[in-house]
Amino acid sequence: MLKLPIYLDNNATTPCDPRVVEAMLPYFSETFGNASSRNHSFGWAAEAAVDLAREQVAALIGADPKEIIFTSGATEADNLALKGVFEMYADKGNHIITTEIEHKAVLDACKHLEKLGAEITYLKVNNEGLPDLKELEAAITAKTILVSVMYANNEIGVINPIKEISAIAKKHGVLMMSDISQAAGKVPVDVNRDGIDLAAFSAHKLYGPKGVGALYVRRKSPRVKVTAQMDGGGHERGMRSGTLNVPGIVAFGKACELCQQEMEAESKRLAALRDKLENALLQLEQTFVNGSKTNRLPHATNISFRYVEGEALMMGFNKNLALSSGSACTSASPEPSYVLKGLGLGDDLAHSSIRFGLGRFTTEEEIDYAIQTVTETVNKLREISPLWEMFKEGADMNTIEWSRL
Amino acid sequence: MSYAERVLDYYDNPRNVGTLDKTSERVGTGLIHVPEYIEVIRIQIEVSPARHVITDACFKTFGCGAAIAATSITTEWLKGKTIEEAAQLDHMDIVEVLNLPPAKIHCTILIEDAVKAAINDYRHKNGMEPLKEEAEEEEEEAERDYELEEEHN
Repeated sequence: MLKLPIYLDNNATTPCDPRVVEAMLPYFSETFGNASSRNHSFGWAAEAAVDLAREQVAALIGADPKEIIFTSGATEADNLALKGVFEMYADKGNHIITTEIEHKAVLDACKHLEKLGAEITYLKVNNEGLPDLKELEAAITAKTILVSVMYANNEIGVINPIKEISAIAKKHGVLMMSDISQAAGKVPVDVNRDGIDLAAFSAHKLYGPKGVGALYVRRKSPRVKVTAQMDGGGHERGMRSGTLNVPGIVAFGKACELCQQEMEAESKRLAALRDKLENALLQLEQTFVNGSKTNRLPHATNISFRYVEGEALMMGFNKNLALSSGSACTSASPEPSYVLKGLGLGDDLAHSSIRFGLGRFTTEEEIDYAIQTVTETVNKLREISPLWEMFKEGADMNTIEWSRL
Repeated sequence: MSYAERVLDYYDNPRNVGTLDKTSERVGTGLIHVPEYIEVIRIQIEVSPARHVITDACFKTFGCGAAIAATSITTEWLKGKTIEEAAQLDHMDIVEVLNLPPAKIHCTILIEDAVKAAINDYRHKNGMEPLKEEAEEEEEEAERDYELEEEHN
């Protein structure tokens, strides 16, 4: 039986896996100790649980457990990495290279650093959503301390050539940071193979709870350090103070373990469902996939339905189907998605986009429902769209006679 | 963002979607867009020449759900009005009747413009002076700006 509403916004967040919830529950009222309490069994039990979780989280990305710094989420980890590196490596330089389609946690942290005297280069991306590696290398100066490029983009799912990018950074003695929130647990991420020195991610994108995440900080070749951005008890090797969120960390660990075990089968299953959805929707005229179709996450697609506005489209089914749109028709001066604009899309196509994010609990029946519902709604709205009528009449948009006031 | 029931009703079952013969003497067409074509509104009226009463009105809108609902409800309101009465349309009436949030007011300004453009198109075809009364228009503009500023604050 099809249960409504259907959730296809797994790039925004994922539901907690019941096995994750089960693993974390004892750590609320039974094993509730403070992991820093070194002199009684309550503390020891909590510490042991955190140690195991640290191993599970590290294993997912091929890291050493000592290299994992637990945080409240990816936003905090991004901030800690960028601001912490800027402060720690101030003697070496003040220049950071990133791309213009990074997550706001990276872009806004960079903007903050600019006020503190940082020089930031925001690389443009091509119509597939990828930066030009020659441009990246050319941007490196003697003052460059960090290259920060996300592993996979949250809106279009495009995967960056991290290995190639980190090789360039390494060649010039520059640290490599990556926000791996969308990729970790979905595609194989290996900090050594990929040459990553700092990586930010969170539990809630990989079927764990909200409010917990981690920053990976490389310990060997090179040994990386970040200046703490919060003062306190000196937890997490002095890089992130604050009593550890033991239930959250246990859950994060379990979630990573499950991802590692199930990633291969899950990504195959989701890629097949995603392709089915995408191919069916592309049967509609004037419908386009945004971003590279070759290098991308298996469970995601971003599609523009020309001549239909994204928010209107979602209104047609948002009681039954949870999706998100690049349209931002909710403010007085509506600005569409900066990621899609970064790809070179016009405002009209950016406003016409819908992001589909499949997940562990998505079924084929749900995809069939989504195909039918989205198709019907697009067709219905095109019947209402004056632009569609003009397009069908073969009118040239540049010679339309608009009313003059 | 949550919408009033009425918006959802008009979005789900939009009244008066359609196209009238724009070459007809009796039909006035208003076709308005914002820069980059992220919102396009077309309102058409069919007018009985005797007393200039609007006998039919229809629309097509490219824009958010609220814009679709607001254009639809406006075409219902237009029917049976004389073109003089219709020209009195104030976009804030639409805001009120649909209980639109401040972020959606800009759609209703476009709708008001489209209605006036449709009336002017009909007037032009039938050898009448355009609606514009400059002084009044300017006054309204100033009022609008003031209102927008108020929202901003």
